[in-house]
Amino acid sequence: MSRWIERQRNILDLTLSSLLRRKRKNSALFAAYTLVVFLLASVMFMSQALKREAAAILAGSPEMIVQKISAGRHDLIAADAAARLGELPGVQEARPRLWGYYYDPVTGANFTLVSSGEAGLAPGRIAVGEGVSRMRLASVGDSIEFKAHDGSLLELEVGEILSRGSALVSSDLVLVTEADFRRLFGTPAGLATDIVLRVRNARELPTIALKAAEIFPETRQVLRDDLLRTYQAVFDWRGGLLVIILGGGLLAFVIFAWDKATGLSAEARREIGILKAVGWETSDVILMKSWEGMAVSLTAFLGGVLLAYAHVFLTSGILFEPVLKGWAVLYPSFRLVPFIDFSQLASLFLLTVLPYTVATVIPTWRAATVDPDQVMR
Amino acid sequence: MIELSDVRKVFNVGRPNEFVAVRGISLSIEAGKATFLTGPSGSGKTTLLALIGCMARPTSGRIWLQGRETTSLPERFLTDLRRRTFGFIFQQLNLIRGLSSLENAMLPAYPTGEARRSIRKRAVELFEMFGLTPKIHARAEWLSGGEAQRLTIVRALMNDPSVIIADEPTAHLDTALTLDFLDVLGRLKREGRTILVAGHDPLVSESPVVDRVVSLRDGMIEGGGG
Repeated sequence: MSRWIERQRNILDLTLSSLLRRKRKNSALFAAYTLVVFLLASVMFMSQALKREAAAILAGSPEMIVQKISAGRHDLIAADAAARLGELPGVQEARPRLWGYYYDPVTGANFTLVSSGEAGLAPGRIAVGEGVSRMRLASVGDSIEFKAHDGSLLELEVGEILSRGSALVSSDLVLVTEADFRRLFGTPAGLATDIVLRVRNARELPTIALKAAEIFPETRQVLRDDLLRTYQAVFDWRGGLLVIILGGGLLAFVIFAWDKATGLSAEARREIGILKAVGWETSDVILMKSWEGMAVSLTAFLGGVLLAYAHVFLTSGILFEPVLKGWAVLYPSFRLVPFIDFSQLASLFLLTVLPYTVATVIPTWRAATVDPDQVMR
Repeated sequence: MIELSDVRKVFNVGRPNEFVAVRGISLSIEAGKATFLTGPSGSGKTTLLALIGCMARPTSGRIWLQGRETTSLPERFLTDLRRRTFGFIFQQLNLIRGLSSLENAMLPAYPTGEARRSIRKRAVELFEMFGLTPKIHARAEWLSGGEAQRLTIVRALMNDPSVIIADEPTAHLDTALTLDFLDVLGRLKREGRTILVAGHDPLVSESPVVDRVVSLRDGMIEGGGG
């Protein structure tokens, strides 16, 4: 066993010396390799973390939303429908909700306005998301002017800045009282944007949705799981988009690495011949080249993954922010919670380290099966 | 003792470029002696050395090394035998560029599984013995012709072989360096090693170090055989 270990050590030592001989070429390869792993791992970490973030936020949201549909479009629903929906077996709570979008001509952004309901805001006061506060330069105690549906101006005082923990979807949020909401948008009393339901048992959701549809045929029922799936699909789509954008660069790297790994130079062939002539077996030569392939690809993989981790979780993915974030209408600035999906990491490993190592070994095996006496001729 | 019986080596068998390099050679090489194989280019000297040194297999015939038949050994055993028994000095030197002299010398010992420290210790002793200590960390391509030649001798001795095989070792050396090399051969012979040298340098063939000269032509023994 110790001889086996010593043999591996000796051959690994020689491999490292051998790699250091061509510093510039191997450094270029290593840098390109690390960059590719970094980009792929960044996209992977970021879309995963964003999906988890969205899932975490949705975990606290209602299980079902009932919306009135009129001529295929979302319409206001009678607020008293909540009372009938609340009587359905399995429904814990049903309450009307008021929300809408407000175009802010000052910043050119759309804010999401939601009636606070139980949030307990005093009339004339609002709670705003981090993005709204940032763009309107409004801190607690400052006032923001809104233009109401009838052209009049409504001045509301910032009472609270919403916590950064949920910045991903709350960045553009403005919480207002019901009275201020109706005044701003002219929503008639007795009507709500939609009705949210909380249920005791998630398994009963399809049955409750069916019953709700029977009672109010003009409504549609949106389940939380549907929302989650939509969010995930959007993040997957954005991640895919980014991979396609990076595709050109990746392809160039693959061609470069493939060429480097598969094409043995005359010098490399000569060296293999020398090693065989001085007493190396074919398997020793292959072992050396495997170590060489692994040393390059494994360190590039680890380097790329660590850089991607720092990029995504320490700098909030500064390079990909415009594409992968922006879930809220205003770009939020926040830190993602570190999360690593090991199965995805394993896939990345298999897609980067393994092909390179194999591509290094096959031509070596071909060159190493020659008779050692060739170097004498 | 090395014995060859009716050994033939044919390259590219069955192809239009088929070439017979060795034609039925039978030869006994005494242990602890220096034998010089001479003959014109293409006479089969290098091929014969490769066959004796287990670097290639004969197309037909048999070779015995210290009473053990080597021609039918599997690849792995043959490599192991070659590594332990033979030290090679090539005409082209065959040093690996970019590696230090020390690493070049240690190459034959790496796959044996011997501890690196002990390999290094032995290499350092050999460097000292051949006056190469100042060049121990120099890259192989920075050495002069004579130094590079001595380095290949150090490499050949790394696994303490009983047989030294040298193919045209003085082809690129001037007279002074050739005499130095013969001096080294004499030292190796006195240590009890068997020496096999191929070439056409009269300085070597006429040297008192050489015990026997075997003359080859067209893949056959012309003189000094048996």
